[in-house]
Amino acid sequence: MDRTAGRPPLVLMLPALVGLVFLVLPLVGLLARAPWGTLGTRLAQPQVLEALRLSLVSATIATGLCLLFGVPLAWLLARVPFPGVRLVRALVTVPLVLPPVVGGVALLLVLGRRGLVGEWLDRGFGITLPFTTSGVVLAETFVAMPFLVISVEGALRAADARFEEAAATLGAGRWTVFRRVTLPMAAPGVLAGAVLCWSRALGEFGATITFAGNFPGRTQTMPLAVYLALETDPQAAIVLSLVLLVVSVAVLVGLRDRWTGAA
Amino acid sequence: MLRRVSVAALAALPLVALAAACGDTKDGSSGGSPGRTLTVFAAASLTETFTRLGKDFEGTHPGLRVRFNFGGSSTLAQQITQGAPADVFAAASGTTMKTVSDAGDAAGQPTVFARNRLVIAVPKGDPGKVRALADLAAPKLKVVLCAEQVPCGAAAKQALAAANLTVKPVSQEQDVKAVLTKVRLGEADAGLVYRTDAKSAAGQVEGIEFPEAAEAVNSYPIAALAKAPQSATAREFVQFVLSPQGKAALSEAGFESP
Repeated sequence: MDRTAGRPPLVLMLPALVGLVFLVLPLVGLLARAPWGTLGTRLAQPQVLEALRLSLVSATIATGLCLLFGVPLAWLLARVPFPGVRLVRALVTVPLVLPPVVGGVALLLVLGRRGLVGEWLDRGFGITLPFTTSGVVLAETFVAMPFLVISVEGALRAADARFEEAAATLGAGRWTVFRRVTLPMAAPGVLAGAVLCWSRALGEFGATITFAGNFPGRTQTMPLAVYLALETDPQAAIVLSLVLLVVSVAVLVGLRDRWTGAA
Repeated sequence: MLRRVSVAALAALPLVALAAACGDTKDGSSGGSPGRTLTVFAAASLTETFTRLGKDFEGTHPGLRVRFNFGGSSTLAQQITQGAPADVFAAASGTTMKTVSDAGDAAGQPTVFARNRLVIAVPKGDPGKVRALADLAAPKLKVVLCAEQVPCGAAAKQALAAANLTVKPVSQEQDVKAVLTKVRLGEADAGLVYRTDAKSAAGQVEGIEFPEAAEAVNSYPIAALAKAPQSATAREFVQFVLSPQGKAALSEAGFESP
Protein backbone atom coordinates (compact mmCIF):
# COMPACT_ATOMS: atom_id res chain seq x y z
CA MET A 1 0.00 0.00 0.00
CA ASP A 2 1.22 3.48 -0.81
CA ARG A 3 2.36 5.50 2.17
CA THR A 4 1.44 8.78 0.51
CA ALA A 5 -1.18 9.58 -2.04
CA GLY A 6 -0.60 10.93 -5.51
CA ARG A 7 2.18 10.79 -8.05
CA PRO A 8 5.73 11.70 -6.99
CA PRO A 9 6.19 15.42 -7.70
CA LEU A 10 8.27 16.38 -10.70
CA VAL A 11 10.35 18.81 -8.63
CA LEU A 12 11.78 15.78 -6.80
CA MET A 13 11.74 13.21 -9.58
CA LEU A 14 13.69 15.28 -12.09
CA PRO A 15 16.76 16.03 -9.93
CA ALA A 16 16.61 12.47 -8.58
CA LEU A 17 16.88 11.10 -12.10
CA VAL A 18 19.65 13.54 -13.04
CA GLY A 19 21.55 12.44 -9.94
CA LEU A 20 21.05 8.77 -10.71
CA VAL A 21 22.22 9.10 -14.31
CA PHE A 22 25.23 11.12 -13.19
CA LEU A 23 26.24 8.37 -10.74
CA VAL A 24 25.59 5.43 -13.03
CA LEU A 25 26.95 6.76 -16.32
CA PRO A 26 30.67 6.34 -15.44
CA LEU A 27 29.97 2.69 -14.61
CA VAL A 28 28.37 2.27 -18.03
CA GLY A 29 31.56 3.75 -19.49
CA LEU A 30 33.66 1.12 -17.73
CA LEU A 31 31.42 -1.67 -18.97
CA ALA A 32 31.35 -0.33 -22.53
CA ARG A 33 35.13 -0.11 -22.81
CA ALA A 34 35.92 -3.38 -21.03
CA PRO A 35 38.03 -5.79 -23.10
CA TRP A 36 35.57 -8.69 -22.78
CA GLY A 37 37.54 -10.94 -25.13
CA THR A 38 40.68 -11.05 -23.02
CA LEU A 39 38.93 -10.77 -19.65
CA GLY A 40 39.63 -14.37 -18.62
CA THR A 41 43.36 -14.33 -19.23
CA ARG A 42 43.77 -10.95 -17.58
CA LEU A 43 41.91 -12.07 -14.47
CA ALA A 44 43.98 -15.23 -14.18
CA GLN A 45 47.13 -13.22 -13.44
CA PRO A 46 48.30 -13.94 -9.89
CA GLN A 47 48.89 -10.21 -9.20
CA VAL A 48 45.18 -9.49 -9.63
CA LEU A 49 44.09 -12.09 -7.08
CA GLU A 50 46.84 -11.00 -4.72
CA ALA A 51 45.73 -7.37 -4.85
CA LEU A 52 42.07 -8.35 -4.48
CA ARG A 53 42.77 -10.56 -1.48
CA LEU A 54 44.85 -7.83 0.15
CA SER A 55 42.12 -5.25 -0.47
CA LEU A 56 39.37 -7.40 1.03
CA VAL A 57 41.43 -8.46 4.05
CA SER A 58 42.74 -4.99 4.87
CA ALA A 59 39.36 -3.27 4.38
CA THR A 60 37.69 -5.84 6.64
CA ILE A 61 40.29 -5.51 9.39
CA ALA A 62 40.10 -1.72 9.09
CA THR A 63 36.31 -1.89 9.48
CA GLY A 64 36.79 -4.06 12.57
CA LEU A 65 39.13 -1.49 14.08
CA CYS A 66 36.70 1.29 13.21
CA LEU A 67 33.87 -0.55 15.00
CA LEU A 68 36.06 -1.30 18.01
CA PHE A 69 37.09 2.31 18.52
CA GLY A 70 34.48 4.24 16.54
CA VAL A 71 31.30 3.00 18.24
CA PRO A 72 32.51 3.95 21.75
CA LEU A 73 33.70 7.28 20.36
CA ALA A 74 30.30 7.93 18.80
CA TRP A 75 28.64 6.99 22.10
CA LEU A 76 30.92 9.43 23.93
CA LEU A 77 29.99 12.24 21.57
CA ALA A 78 26.26 11.48 21.71
CA ARG A 79 25.74 10.62 25.37
CA VAL A 80 28.42 12.18 27.55
CA PRO A 81 28.25 15.97 27.78
CA PHE A 82 31.73 17.39 28.28
CA PRO A 83 33.29 20.78 27.62
CA GLY A 84 34.61 21.14 24.07
CA VAL A 85 32.38 18.40 22.67
CA ARG A 86 31.74 20.52 19.56
CA LEU A 87 35.44 20.88 18.93
CA VAL A 88 36.04 17.17 19.39
CA ARG A 89 33.19 16.41 17.00
CA ALA A 90 34.79 18.68 14.40
CA LEU A 91 38.19 17.06 14.94
CA VAL A 92 36.73 13.61 14.35
CA THR A 93 35.61 14.67 10.87
CA VAL A 94 39.05 16.03 9.91
CA PRO A 95 40.02 12.92 7.90
CA LEU A 96 36.90 13.53 5.78
CA VAL A 97 38.03 16.98 4.73
CA LEU A 98 41.72 16.20 4.49
CA PRO A 99 42.89 15.12 1.05
CA PRO A 100 43.88 11.46 1.58
CA VAL A 101 47.44 12.11 0.42
CA VAL A 102 47.79 14.74 3.14
CA GLY A 103 46.41 12.20 5.60
CA GLY A 104 49.12 9.80 4.45
CA VAL A 105 51.84 12.41 4.99
CA ALA A 106 50.41 13.20 8.43
CA LEU A 107 50.50 9.49 9.30
CA LEU A 108 54.13 9.33 8.15
CA LEU A 109 55.01 12.30 10.35
CA VAL A 110 53.49 10.59 13.38
CA LEU A 111 53.95 6.87 12.76
CA GLY A 112 56.86 6.89 10.30
CA ARG A 113 60.32 5.71 11.20
CA ARG A 114 61.26 9.25 12.17
CA GLY A 115 57.76 10.25 13.30
CA LEU A 116 56.66 11.47 16.72
CA VAL A 117 55.43 8.06 17.87
CA GLY A 118 57.01 5.94 15.15
CA GLU A 119 60.57 6.70 16.20
CA TRP A 120 59.80 5.39 19.66
CA LEU A 121 58.08 2.28 18.23
CA ASP A 122 61.06 1.65 15.99
CA ARG A 123 63.75 2.14 18.62
CA GLY A 124 61.92 0.52 21.53
CA PHE A 125 60.11 -2.37 19.90
CA GLY A 126 61.56 -2.68 16.43
CA ILE A 127 58.14 -1.99 14.93
CA THR A 128 58.04 -0.03 11.68
CA LEU A 129 54.66 0.56 10.12
CA PRO A 130 55.34 2.17 6.71
CA PHE A 131 55.68 -0.29 3.83
CA THR A 132 53.78 -3.01 5.72
CA THR A 133 50.27 -4.47 5.46
CA SER A 134 49.60 -3.08 8.95
CA GLY A 135 50.39 0.31 7.45
CA VAL A 136 47.69 -0.26 4.81
CA VAL A 137 45.16 -1.16 7.51
CA LEU A 138 46.07 1.92 9.56
CA ALA A 139 45.79 4.25 6.57
CA GLU A 140 42.38 2.80 5.71
CA THR A 141 41.20 3.00 9.32
CA PHE A 142 42.24 6.64 9.53
CA VAL A 143 40.33 7.60 6.43
CA ALA A 144 37.25 5.43 7.03
CA MET A 145 36.57 5.86 10.76
CA PRO A 146 34.75 9.23 10.51
CA PHE A 147 32.10 7.62 8.29
CA LEU A 148 31.33 5.15 11.06
CA VAL A 149 31.43 7.67 13.90
CA ILE A 150 29.14 10.16 12.16
CA SER A 151 26.64 7.52 11.18
CA VAL A 152 26.55 5.85 14.63
CA GLU A 153 26.39 9.17 16.45
CA GLY A 154 23.45 10.20 14.29
CA ALA A 155 21.67 6.93 15.12
CA LEU A 156 22.34 7.35 18.85
CA ARG A 157 21.01 10.90 18.86
CA ALA A 158 17.89 9.83 16.99
CA ALA A 159 17.28 6.91 19.40
CA ASP A 160 14.83 7.62 22.21
CA ALA A 161 16.86 8.14 25.39
CA ARG A 162 13.83 7.31 27.55
CA PHE A 163 14.40 3.58 27.01
CA GLU A 164 17.91 3.96 28.39
CA GLU A 165 16.59 5.95 31.35
CA ALA A 166 13.96 3.27 32.01
CA ALA A 167 16.64 0.57 31.97
CA ALA A 168 18.76 2.63 34.34
CA THR A 169 15.88 3.15 36.80
CA LEU A 170 15.34 -0.62 36.74
CA GLY A 171 18.89 -0.99 38.05
CA ALA A 172 20.97 -1.60 34.92
CA GLY A 173 24.50 -0.17 34.94
CA ARG A 174 25.75 2.05 32.15
CA TRP A 175 27.61 -0.80 30.41
CA THR A 176 24.57 -3.06 30.56
CA VAL A 177 22.36 -0.26 29.24
CA PHE A 178 24.79 0.30 26.38
CA ARG A 179 24.97 -3.39 25.54
CA ARG A 180 21.31 -4.36 25.94
CA VAL A 181 19.46 -1.16 25.03
CA THR A 182 21.56 1.45 23.28
CA LEU A 183 23.42 -0.77 20.84
CA PRO A 184 20.36 -2.74 19.63
CA MET A 185 18.49 0.53 19.08
CA ALA A 186 21.38 2.00 17.11
CA ALA A 187 22.02 -1.24 15.18
CA PRO A 188 20.81 0.06 11.78
CA GLY A 189 23.09 3.08 12.15
CA VAL A 190 26.04 0.91 13.13
CA LEU A 191 25.38 -1.35 10.16
CA ALA A 192 25.11 1.55 7.73
CA GLY A 193 28.26 3.05 9.21
CA ALA A 194 30.17 -0.20 8.91
CA VAL A 195 29.12 -0.57 5.27
CA LEU A 196 30.20 3.00 4.46
CA CYS A 197 33.42 2.43 6.35
CA TRP A 198 34.22 -0.80 4.51
CA SER A 199 33.45 0.72 1.12
CA ARG A 200 35.63 3.72 1.83
CA ALA A 201 38.47 1.50 3.06
CA LEU A 202 38.19 -0.70 -0.02
CA GLY A 203 38.53 2.25 -2.37
CA GLU A 204 41.28 3.97 -0.37
CA PHE A 205 44.19 5.13 -2.49
CA GLY A 206 45.96 8.34 -1.46
CA ALA A 207 46.72 7.72 2.21
CA THR A 208 47.64 4.10 1.47
CA ILE A 209 50.19 4.78 -1.26
CA THR A 210 51.67 7.66 0.71
CA PHE A 211 51.94 5.90 4.05
CA ALA A 212 52.32 2.23 3.11
CA GLY A 213 53.84 2.54 -0.34
CA ASN A 214 53.16 0.10 -3.15
CA PHE A 215 54.49 -3.44 -3.20
CA PRO A 216 52.65 -6.40 -4.78
CA GLY A 217 51.38 -8.87 -2.21
CA ARG A 218 52.21 -6.65 0.75
CA THR A 219 50.79 -3.18 0.28
CA GLN A 220 49.45 -3.11 -3.27
CA THR A 221 45.66 -2.99 -2.92
CA MET A 222 43.31 -2.95 -5.91
CA PRO A 223 43.10 0.86 -6.25
CA LEU A 224 46.92 1.04 -6.31
CA ALA A 225 47.08 -1.74 -8.89
CA VAL A 226 44.47 0.10 -10.99
CA TYR A 227 46.46 3.33 -10.83
CA LEU A 228 49.70 1.70 -11.93
CA ALA A 229 48.02 -0.36 -14.62
CA LEU A 230 46.66 2.89 -15.99
CA GLU A 231 50.23 4.03 -16.63
CA THR A 232 50.94 1.39 -19.25
CA ASP A 233 47.84 -0.67 -19.92
CA PRO A 234 44.49 1.15 -19.61
CA GLN A 235 42.62 -2.02 -20.62
CA ALA A 236 44.07 -3.86 -17.62
CA ALA A 237 43.06 -0.94 -15.42
CA ILE A 238 39.47 -1.27 -16.63
CA VAL A 239 39.48 -5.00 -15.88
CA LEU A 240 40.81 -4.40 -12.36
CA SER A 241 38.22 -1.68 -11.77
CA LEU A 242 35.46 -4.01 -12.89
CA VAL A 243 36.66 -6.73 -10.51
CA LEU A 244 36.67 -4.30 -7.61
CA LEU A 245 33.25 -3.03 -8.60
CA VAL A 246 31.67 -6.48 -8.92
CA VAL A 247 33.15 -7.77 -5.67
CA SER A 248 32.16 -4.73 -3.64
CA VAL A 249 28.62 -4.60 -5.00
CA ALA A 250 28.23 -8.36 -4.42
CA VAL A 251 29.43 -8.09 -0.82
CA LEU A 252 27.28 -5.05 -0.05
CA VAL A 253 24.11 -6.52 -1.56
CA GLY A 254 24.78 -9.86 0.12
CA LEU A 255 25.23 -8.28 3.54
CA ARG A 256 22.14 -6.17 3.11
CA ASP A 257 20.01 -9.19 2.38
CA ARG A 258 21.42 -11.18 5.24
CA TRP A 259 21.22 -8.49 7.90
CA THR A 260 17.97 -6.79 7.10
CA GLY A 261 16.20 -9.80 5.63
CA ALA A 262 14.96 -7.78 2.68
CA ALA A 263 16.29 -6.68 -0.69
CA MET B 1 10.26 29.90 1.31
CA LEU B 2 13.86 29.45 2.23
CA ARG B 3 13.47 25.71 1.98
CA ARG B 4 12.00 25.93 -1.49
CA VAL B 5 14.87 28.11 -2.71
CA SER B 6 17.52 25.76 -1.37
CA VAL B 7 15.88 22.72 -2.95
CA ALA B 8 15.88 24.44 -6.31
CA ALA B 9 19.51 25.47 -5.84
CA LEU B 10 20.49 21.91 -4.96
CA ALA B 11 18.69 20.56 -7.99
CA ALA B 12 20.48 23.04 -10.22
CA LEU B 13 23.96 22.28 -8.85
CA PRO B 14 24.98 19.42 -11.16
CA LEU B 15 23.76 21.44 -14.15
CA VAL B 16 25.83 24.45 -13.09
CA ALA B 17 28.89 22.26 -12.62
CA LEU B 18 28.30 20.70 -16.02
CA ALA B 19 27.95 24.09 -17.68
CA ALA B 20 31.10 25.35 -15.99
CA ALA B 21 33.05 22.29 -17.11
CA CYS B 22 31.87 22.64 -20.69
CA GLY B 23 32.70 26.33 -20.74
CA ASP B 24 36.22 25.63 -19.58
CA THR B 25 37.03 23.18 -22.34
CA LYS B 26 35.69 25.46 -25.03
CA ASP B 27 37.87 28.52 -24.65
CA GLY B 28 40.46 27.46 -22.10
CA SER B 29 40.30 30.77 -20.26
CA SER B 30 38.13 31.24 -17.22
CA GLY B 31 36.05 34.17 -16.11
CA GLY B 32 35.89 35.73 -19.56
CA SER B 33 39.25 37.51 -19.15
CA PRO B 34 40.66 39.02 -22.35
CA GLY B 35 44.01 37.16 -21.99
CA ARG B 36 44.92 33.91 -23.71
CA THR B 37 46.06 30.77 -21.94
CA LEU B 38 48.74 28.38 -23.09
CA THR B 39 48.34 24.94 -21.55
CA VAL B 40 51.52 22.91 -21.15
CA PHE B 41 51.47 19.25 -20.06
CA ALA B 42 54.89 18.43 -18.63
CA ALA B 43 56.59 15.57 -16.77
CA ALA B 44 56.72 15.97 -12.97
CA SER B 45 60.52 16.21 -13.00
CA LEU B 46 60.23 19.44 -15.03
CA THR B 47 58.13 21.19 -12.38
CA GLU B 48 60.69 23.70 -11.08
CA THR B 49 62.40 24.50 -14.40
CA PHE B 50 59.25 24.83 -16.48
CA THR B 51 57.46 26.94 -13.87
CA ARG B 52 60.35 29.38 -14.11
CA LEU B 53 60.49 29.26 -17.91
CA GLY B 54 56.73 29.80 -18.00
CA LYS B 55 57.10 33.04 -16.01
CA ASP B 56 59.84 34.25 -18.39
CA PHE B 57 57.68 33.37 -21.40
CA GLU B 58 54.72 35.25 -19.94
CA GLY B 59 57.04 38.25 -19.48
CA THR B 60 57.73 38.46 -23.22
CA HIS B 61 54.08 37.76 -24.17
CA PRO B 62 51.81 40.36 -22.55
CA GLY B 63 48.29 39.09 -21.89
CA LEU B 64 49.35 35.44 -22.08
CA ARG B 65 49.02 33.07 -19.17
CA VAL B 66 50.97 29.81 -19.16
CA ARG B 67 49.16 27.07 -17.28
CA PHE B 68 50.94 23.83 -16.41
CA ASN B 69 49.71 20.33 -15.79
CA PHE B 70 52.61 18.47 -14.19
CA GLY B 71 52.32 14.72 -13.67
CA GLY B 72 53.55 11.27 -14.58
CA SER B 73 54.38 11.27 -18.31
CA SER B 74 52.26 8.21 -19.07
CA THR B 75 49.21 9.71 -17.35
CA LEU B 76 49.66 12.96 -19.25
CA ALA B 77 50.08 11.09 -22.55
CA GLN B 78 46.83 9.30 -21.87
CA GLN B 79 44.99 12.50 -21.01
CA ILE B 80 46.18 13.99 -24.30
CA THR B 81 45.15 11.00 -26.43
CA GLN B 82 41.77 11.06 -24.64
CA GLY B 83 41.29 14.63 -25.82
CA ALA B 84 42.45 16.82 -22.95
CA PRO B 85 42.83 20.40 -24.22
CA ALA B 86 46.62 20.97 -24.26
CA ASP B 87 48.99 22.99 -26.42
CA VAL B 88 52.40 21.52 -25.59
CA PHE B 89 53.58 18.17 -24.26
CA ALA B 90 57.00 17.65 -22.66
CA ALA B 91 57.57 14.03 -21.66
CA ALA B 92 60.22 12.32 -19.54
CA SER B 93 60.69 9.46 -21.99
CA GLY B 94 60.60 8.69 -25.66
CA THR B 95 58.02 5.93 -25.21
CA THR B 96 55.41 8.16 -23.60
CA MET B 97 55.86 10.76 -26.34
CA LYS B 98 55.52 7.97 -28.90
CA THR B 99 52.06 7.16 -27.51
CA VAL B 100 51.02 10.69 -28.35
CA SER B 101 52.68 10.95 -31.76
CA ASP B 102 51.44 7.48 -32.78
CA ALA B 103 47.91 8.65 -32.02
CA GLY B 104 48.50 11.56 -34.40
CA ASP B 105 48.25 14.09 -31.59
CA ALA B 106 51.71 15.69 -31.99
CA ALA B 107 52.23 18.47 -34.53
CA GLY B 108 55.41 17.50 -36.37
CA GLN B 109 58.36 15.57 -35.06
CA PRO B 110 59.06 15.78 -31.28
CA THR B 111 62.46 17.27 -30.37
CA VAL B 112 64.65 16.02 -27.54
CA PHE B 113 65.53 19.04 -25.39
CA ALA B 114 67.19 17.52 -22.30
CA ARG B 115 68.55 14.37 -20.77
CA ASN B 116 68.48 13.22 -17.19
CA ARG B 117 70.27 10.46 -15.34
CA LEU B 118 69.59 8.60 -12.15
CA VAL B 119 71.40 9.18 -8.88
CA ILE B 120 71.06 7.42 -5.55
CA ALA B 121 69.17 9.67 -3.16
CA VAL B 122 69.84 9.20 0.53
CA PRO B 123 68.55 11.19 3.51
CA LYS B 124 70.89 13.86 4.83
CA GLY B 125 73.74 12.25 6.76
CA ASP B 126 73.34 8.99 4.83
CA PRO B 127 72.13 6.81 7.76
CA GLY B 128 72.27 3.64 5.65
CA LYS B 129 75.93 4.25 4.73
CA VAL B 130 75.30 4.00 1.01
CA ARG B 131 78.29 4.70 -1.23
CA ALA B 132 77.62 2.89 -4.49
CA LEU B 133 74.82 1.16 -6.37
CA ALA B 134 75.92 -2.26 -5.08
CA ASP B 135 75.12 -1.14 -1.51
CA LEU B 136 71.41 -1.06 -2.41
CA ALA B 137 71.36 -4.86 -2.48
CA ALA B 138 72.01 -5.03 1.28
CA PRO B 139 69.03 -6.92 2.76
CA LYS B 140 68.46 -4.61 5.73
CA LEU B 141 68.47 -1.42 3.70
CA LYS B 142 65.06 0.13 2.96
CA VAL B 143 65.16 0.98 -0.72
CA VAL B 144 62.35 2.69 -2.60
CA LEU B 145 62.15 2.64 -6.40
CA CYS B 146 59.70 3.85 -9.01
CA ALA B 147 57.31 1.20 -10.32
CA GLU B 148 58.49 -0.34 -13.58
CA GLN B 149 55.46 1.09 -15.37
CA VAL B 150 56.70 4.68 -15.05
CA PRO B 151 59.84 6.01 -16.82
CA CYS B 152 61.99 6.39 -13.69
CA GLY B 153 61.23 2.79 -12.77
CA ALA B 154 62.13 1.54 -16.22
CA ALA B 155 65.41 3.47 -16.00
CA ALA B 156 66.14 2.06 -12.53
CA LYS B 157 65.51 -1.46 -13.79
CA GLN B 158 67.91 -0.86 -16.68
CA ALA B 159 70.66 0.55 -14.47
CA LEU B 160 70.34 -2.31 -11.95
CA ALA B 161 70.41 -4.85 -14.77
CA ALA B 162 73.55 -3.21 -16.19
CA ALA B 163 75.17 -3.57 -12.77
CA ASN B 164 73.89 -7.15 -12.51
CA LEU B 165 72.21 -6.37 -9.18
CA THR B 166 69.03 -7.64 -7.59
CA VAL B 167 67.47 -5.05 -5.31
CA LYS B 168 64.36 -5.81 -3.25
CA PRO B 169 62.59 -2.48 -2.77
CA VAL B 170 60.10 -2.02 0.08
CA SER B 171 57.92 -0.01 -2.23
CA GLN B 172 57.44 0.71 -5.93
CA GLU B 173 56.22 4.28 -6.05
CA GLN B 174 53.93 5.83 -8.62
CA ASP B 175 56.31 8.62 -9.58
CA VAL B 176 59.78 9.94 -8.90
CA LYS B 177 58.58 12.68 -6.56
CA ALA B 178 56.99 10.04 -4.32
CA VAL B 179 60.37 8.26 -4.10
CA LEU B 180 62.00 11.57 -3.21
CA THR B 181 59.41 12.22 -0.47
CA LYS B 182 60.04 8.84 1.17
CA VAL B 183 63.79 9.53 1.21
CA ARG B 184 63.33 13.12 2.33
CA LEU B 185 61.24 12.03 5.33
CA GLY B 186 63.83 9.39 6.21
CA GLU B 187 61.36 6.50 5.74
CA ALA B 188 63.63 5.00 3.10
CA ASP B 189 67.40 4.68 3.41
CA ALA B 190 67.91 5.09 -0.30
CA GLY B 191 66.03 5.56 -3.56
CA LEU B 192 66.82 6.03 -7.21
CA VAL B 193 65.71 9.42 -8.48
CA TYR B 194 66.77 11.74 -11.26
CA ARG B 195 69.72 13.97 -10.64
CA THR B 196 67.43 17.01 -10.98
CA ASP B 197 65.16 15.72 -8.22
CA ALA B 198 68.04 15.20 -5.81
CA LYS B 199 69.20 18.69 -6.64
CA SER B 200 65.77 20.21 -5.98
CA ALA B 201 65.80 18.69 -2.47
CA ALA B 202 69.41 19.63 -1.69
CA GLY B 203 69.81 20.16 2.04
CA GLN B 204 67.49 17.28 2.94
CA VAL B 205 68.66 14.74 0.42
CA GLU B 206 72.13 13.84 -0.84
CA GLY B 207 72.58 12.64 -4.40
CA ILE B 208 75.22 9.99 -5.10
CA GLU B 209 76.26 9.58 -8.72
CA PHE B 210 77.02 6.08 -9.99
CA PRO B 211 78.62 4.96 -13.27
CA GLU B 212 75.87 2.48 -14.21
CA ALA B 213 73.49 5.42 -14.61
CA ALA B 214 75.07 5.98 -18.02
CA GLU B 215 73.20 2.83 -19.18
CA ALA B 216 69.84 4.38 -18.39
CA VAL B 217 69.97 8.00 -19.44
CA ASN B 218 66.51 9.10 -20.46
CA SER B 219 65.65 11.79 -22.92
CA TYR B 220 62.97 14.45 -22.70
CA PRO B 221 61.12 15.12 -25.96
CA ILE B 222 58.86 18.13 -26.44
CA ALA B 223 56.21 18.76 -29.10
CA ALA B 224 53.46 21.21 -29.92
CA LEU B 225 50.18 19.33 -30.17
CA ALA B 226 48.11 18.83 -33.30
CA LYS B 227 44.84 19.98 -31.69
CA ALA B 228 46.45 22.87 -29.76
CA PRO B 229 43.94 25.69 -29.21
CA GLN B 230 46.94 28.11 -29.32
CA SER B 231 48.99 26.45 -32.06
CA ALA B 232 51.24 29.42 -32.97
CA THR B 233 52.09 30.20 -29.34
CA ALA B 234 52.62 26.50 -28.69
CA ARG B 235 55.34 26.37 -31.37
CA GLU B 236 56.89 29.54 -29.93
CA PHE B 237 57.02 27.99 -26.47
CA VAL B 238 58.75 24.89 -27.85
CA GLN B 239 61.33 27.12 -29.54
CA PHE B 240 61.79 29.02 -26.27
CA VAL B 241 62.56 25.79 -24.37
CA LEU B 242 65.11 24.88 -27.09
CA SER B 243 66.66 28.37 -27.05
CA PRO B 244 69.91 29.20 -25.18
CA GLN B 245 67.85 30.74 -22.37
CA GLY B 246 65.85 27.53 -21.98
CA LYS B 247 68.98 25.41 -22.11
CA ALA B 248 70.63 27.52 -19.41
CA ALA B 249 67.66 27.07 -17.05
CA LEU B 250 67.62 23.33 -17.71
CA SER B 251 71.34 22.82 -17.09
CA GLU B 252 71.11 24.89 -13.91
CA ALA B 253 68.50 22.41 -12.63
CA GLY B 254 70.86 19.52 -13.35
CA PHE B 255 69.66 18.39 -16.78
CA GLU B 256 72.17 17.44 -19.45
CA SER B 257 71.81 18.86 -22.93
CA PRO B 258 70.97 16.33 -25.64
